[in-house]
Amino acid sequence: MRILLTLLVKEFKQIFRNRLMLPIIFVIPVVQMILLTYAASLEMKGISMAVVDQDYSQASRLLVSRFEGSPFFEISLTTSDYQKAVRELTRDRVDVILHMPHEFEKRLYSEKETDLQLVVNAINATEAGLVNAYCTRILFDYNTQVRAEWFGLEGSGRQTTLEMIPRYWYNPLLDYKIYMFSGILVIIVTMIGMLLTALNLVREKEMGTTEQINVTPIRKYQFLMAKLIPFMIIALFELAFGLMIGRLLFGLPIEGSLGLLFLFTCIYLLVVLGIGLFLSTISNTQQQLMFLAFFFMITFILMSGVFTPAESMPLWAQKINLVNPVAYFMKVIRMILLKGSGFRDISREFFSLCFYAMVILTLAIANYRKTT
Amino acid sequence: MVDHEHIIEVKEMVKKFGSFRANDRLTFYVEKGEIFGFLGANGAGKTTAIRILCGLSYPTSGEIMVAGHDVYREREKIKRKIGYMSQKFSLYEDLTVSENIRLYAGIYGLGRNQIASREEQLLERLALSHIRNRLIREIPLGWKQKLAFSVAIFHQPAIVFLDEPTGGVDPITRRQFWEMIHDATEEGITVFVTTHYMDEAEYCDRVSIMVDGRIDALDTPAALKQQFESKNMNEVFLKLARR
Repeated sequence: MRILLTLLVKEFKQIFRNRLMLPIIFVIPVVQMILLTYAASLEMKGISMAVVDQDYSQASRLLVSRFEGSPFFEISLTTSDYQKAVRELTRDRVDVILHMPHEFEKRLYSEKETDLQLVVNAINATEAGLVNAYCTRILFDYNTQVRAEWFGLEGSGRQTTLEMIPRYWYNPLLDYKIYMFSGILVIIVTMIGMLLTALNLVREKEMGTTEQINVTPIRKYQFLMAKLIPFMIIALFELAFGLMIGRLLFGLPIEGSLGLLFLFTCIYLLVVLGIGLFLSTISNTQQQLMFLAFFFMITFILMSGVFTPAESMPLWAQKINLVNPVAYFMKVIRMILLKGSGFRDISREFFSLCFYAMVILTLAIANYRKTT
Repeated sequence: MVDHEHIIEVKEMVKKFGSFRANDRLTFYVEKGEIFGFLGANGAGKTTAIRILCGLSYPTSGEIMVAGHDVYREREKIKRKIGYMSQKFSLYEDLTVSENIRLYAGIYGLGRNQIASREEQLLERLALSHIRNRLIREIPLGWKQKLAFSVAIFHQPAIVFLDEPTGGVDPITRRQFWEMIHDATEEGITVFVTTHYMDEAEYCDRVSIMVDGRIDALDTPAALKQQFESKNMNEVFLKLARR
């Protein structure tokens, strides 16, 4: 115990003597939390629309005004030349073309139906889906209005429509930032913890001081724990710091128990820092380590469900996620913070990570060589 | 020498890297309390041998006992009884003089009071008290090496292994360094030292000279000079190397 304490004193002194450490702990995460939360938004605003109106009628103008009134659309071009609109689409200046052909209004009156063309740039399929959904919604409203005003069908019961009014639980205003922020917090805690731990051990290897350590009667677990504990504390601090920023800037809700969140984070950190230590036992230089660490981190993070829900991934991907610690944490942090889940709700994840931590730390200790 | 106890006993030690034999059937012993010089050109296999004796590297074969323990089975017991100063600097550059001393002393489990009083003595003897709070990276090479040696014997080991301890320092500091080595033997510490400065070989009680992984000569410096009809160890070494 005394030996571990001696080593911890050494590690903390070295960590805080590194001039880059304080910016890494304070500045970089804040910039990321603020920048990414605002930037990586899935909400669509300012969808650029080209209107091709070949009818110039009351009906067509009413439809256009509907789009103009929506916060999601910006009409950047109004023309009667369809080809011109297509050229704008090819140049990536508009996202969607609304095309109302000649006799749009006339057919609407005489035949009670009319044609309308919507051309959506679907290079980004998700985005295209959203644009389509917004457009459909506006057209539906337009349809209702036309039927009511011109044909007097409202409330007459001749053609009832079902309208669904959803209630959004846990995030009633569909504030996307809350969801995003919690995900980014996970990434920051993971990256800081894993990279700093792994780099620290490899740096000692490079400097040759591990040789001096290896010739002492120090136990392997003592040495590795002394490498792990400081960064675990830093990562936990990072979580607390992040929660504070989230609360102040984004009104991040904390529905569940903070104690539970921190307890879970401790176990989680044992796993990711253990992975960091393991990687550093198999690398000899910081460069090798960076490649390895980035491979694992990027895979873990992208598969964890930070942007897209892990539950909607293909089954094989979900199987892979069984060994992806980030996926567990991504899920649990949102459950605790946004839903207020208790220990029983997250117990499966909790015990899985406990087991994972035991395995990976055993591997790291076994793989660290005092004798080559 | 009254006490003839062998503190290091090596029989037929072999270390292979692939098909290359870095150590080829080394057989020698080191007596308790002596200064044993381990000489040889660069690449002769000195560092390989010293690393095996310290438990940093596995031998391929051979019987090796260090401080009464077997290097195959009892490496951790050996590590309690030895000190080691490597070619590369073993002190932490981003810790101060005092922090380095306390770190290594703490690792060997010395008590707080014991550390404090011995640190005081040590700094006084080295005349380094005034720079105790300076970072290692800020102090001159010669001081670092003296300090590294003192740290390596701070826990009063039975044997200290020095791997080219005086590389790159001026003659005066080298002289002082050897005075420290002699002081250590007064305290009963056995010194195992590798070097390729032949004048330093004269300070050793016995020297072995390695050529291409083998020990080609082993005796007191005086006996070796006589055997090879040489004025000094430098000549002995050149004659051996050209053979």
